[in-house]
Amino acid sequence: MSPQPDRIFVPGDSASISVGADAVAARLVDALPADARIIRNGSRGLFWLEPLVEIERDGERLGFGPVTPDDVDSLVAAGFPASGHRLSLGPVEAIPQLARQQRLIFARCGHDDPLDLASWIEMGGLAGLETARRMAPDNIIDTVKASGLRGRGGAGFPTGIKWETARKAGGEQTWLCCNADEGDSGTYADRLLMEGDPFTLIAGMCIAARAIGATGGLVYLRSEYPHAIHTLKSAISLWREAGLFGGLNEDNHFDIEVRTGAGAYICGEESSMLNSLEGKRGEVRAKPPIPAISGLFGQPTIVNNVLTLASVPWILEHGGEAYREFGSGRSRGTQAFQLAGDIRQGALVELAFGVSLRTLIDDFGGGTRSGRPMRAVQVGGPLGAYLGRADLDVVLDYEAIAAIGGMLGHGGIVVFNDTVDMARQARFAMAFCAVESCGKCTPCRVGATRGRETLDKIIAGDAVSENLALLEDLCELMTDGSLCAMGGLTPMPVRSAVKRFPEDFARQAAE
Amino acid sequence: MPMLIDTIEDRAARAACERQDNRPDALIEILHDIQATAGFISDAAIATLADALNRSRAEILGVVSFYHDFTRQPGAPHTLKLCRAEACQAAGGDHQAAEIERRLRERGISGGQTAILDIKPVYCVGNCALGPAALLDGTPVGRIDADRIVSTLVARGIIEADQP
Ligand SMILES: Cc1cc2nc3c(=O)[nH]c(=O)nc-3n(C[C@H](O)[C@H](O)[C@H](O)COP(=O)(O)O)c2cc1C
Ligand code: SF4
Ligand code: FES
Repeated sequence: MSPQPDRIFVPGDSASISVGADAVAARLVDALPADARIIRNGSRGLFWLEPLVEIERDGERLGFGPVTPDDVDSLVAAGFPASGHRLSLGPVEAIPQLARQQRLIFARCGHDDPLDLASWIEMGGLAGLETARRMAPDNIIDTVKASGLRGRGGAGFPTGIKWETARKAGGEQTWLCCNADEGDSGTYADRLLMEGDPFTLIAGMCIAARAIGATGGLVYLRSEYPHAIHTLKSAISLWREAGLFGGLNEDNHFDIEVRTGAGAYICGEESSMLNSLEGKRGEVRAKPPIPAISGLFGQPTIVNNVLTLASVPWILEHGGEAYREFGSGRSRGTQAFQLAGDIRQGALVELAFGVSLRTLIDDFGGGTRSGRPMRAVQVGGPLGAYLGRADLDVVLDYEAIAAIGGMLGHGGIVVFNDTVDMARQARFAMAFCAVESCGKCTPCRVGATRGRETLDKIIAGDAVSENLALLEDLCELMTDGSLCAMGGLTPMPVRSAVKRFPEDFARQAAE
Repeated sequence: MPMLIDTIEDRAARAACERQDNRPDALIEILHDIQATAGFISDAAIATLADALNRSRAEILGVVSFYHDFTRQPGAPHTLKLCRAEACQAAGGDHQAAEIERRLRERGISGGQTAILDIKPVYCVGNCALGPAALLDGTPVGRIDADRIVSTLVARGIIEADQP
């Protein structure tokens, strides 16, 4: 029998819990000696292997998964062998789908208890922030500019330029708001990081606060993520107790408060989010002014996505040039691609921009889980385009995907098999927009409802070609006339579905 | 003299405001607090919030109605949120949702007067690689089907196991 393991890790991530990690941990407590060290770590993001139990032995981490409670006794009896057991995965870091990633943001995610600050510091977590503390704010901004980092929330705006605008805006109080609303279906990277490595996000926010001179920090976190809310709030308390918020600016004042969203998709849009943070209806605000100049309570405000902010510590630690080495074209650094839907090996895959959709779906994802042929893939959330098999060789960077009429958004990749009805998916896009529209402008508020009704007629086979023409008019109106990207981009999934899958719209009227 | 409806004070709502120092910008947090404890946002709560935060009742009502998380009627003691968004659709979520609704209605668990469980749609819970996904009173459940939901309800003591 192998020697007793040093430490055992069972993820406490909500995805792992959703497939039984808590029950597995409970069984391990019963099955192992009282002095066994069982740690609830974050998830590595290899979801098809969850619950992924790891044993650390002689400094090496061996993986087992997916483990059910009933597997625990046989694993304990066998002594968690590196190989030979049905569930043995070998050294975790050598699992190909993990070994082949380029993890900068997620470098520490899943390594330890996400709330073990001492361990996080030992892993080098503070390096970026320590560098930033020695730098003048303008130099931090220059470093972020040099890195080429663009916003990961969807719009892809250069982060350094935005920060510079806020820094120069002056104002009584500058705010930093982290957008953790992650409303796009098919995306979970923000959640994974907040549950698995919240200190990296906090460090990124501290660096940003120093750069822009923010004295107030808020995280707008969606209510659908109760575990992330709990973990991040606990992490912020630990950070505060350790005195790590101190000395970031002349006022020696910066702190972070977590605010819970209330189930409105539109509140991910930054100006709607600011209204929500002011305790109002989440209606979109007209621009200008841009939030960097006049945002929360009329003050200069930077809104950045979780992953944008969590990319910053690495950039400060290694330099803007080193970050720039990753990527393709004008998309620099890494993107957290998120495989979802009918996919065999659903996972978070952090890689430099420029990987092809085919590599992600086939090599990393292993094709469909159902075994049926893949027919469509939606990239970039509910406002992203539906692509087909012919598009699989597109490389994923902001410009390349825009060139084929799509968008990268927050990096979600949702695979559909051949049972999908694309007319129904188009209808869903309109229906979703109708429900989630903030109601401020007519093209979106009325257009989405008309769009849904028109698609109902098409699906029923009612005057199909006339209604398809009407649908196209509606799409054009929404694209051109909407105040924000909710109404402006809803036509993207609709039009792409009509264009790539016309056969699904060529309905016959029922007898 | 009969008490006027608008002078009814909701003490829990008052306390929720005080916990946030009566800050008007904390309204969403305050509403979450009340929704979690009372199960819905009552007329009395709205009147109390308007008074405590120095905003009009229409304004408070406007905020309550904007967000899906807040309800104006009490619900069943338990809530099952089924993800109906794209990634879960692609994993067969529509079919599973219909089956779950049918099974739970048949057993009188959800739907109707005696329901102990409300089934609500939700659009993504961030578990899109293990879909179809759900949240049962905030606890994540992945790869759902009707059997798994029923056994989870039993395991959590919400319903009793089927008699053989
Ligand atoms: C309808 C809509 C929903 C959005 N949802 C999110 C979201 O959930 N998370 C996010 O970070 N950005 C979201 N955005 C983008 C934000 O408006 C904003 O561009 C972003 O938070 C800026 O941060 P970044 O520069 O770091 O990307 C959304 C935009 C729209 C129009
Ligand atoms: S496009 Fe839709 S969500 Fe955006 S401002 Fe107009 S109504 Fe609101
Ligand atoms: S789409 Fe269902 S959990 Fe994300």
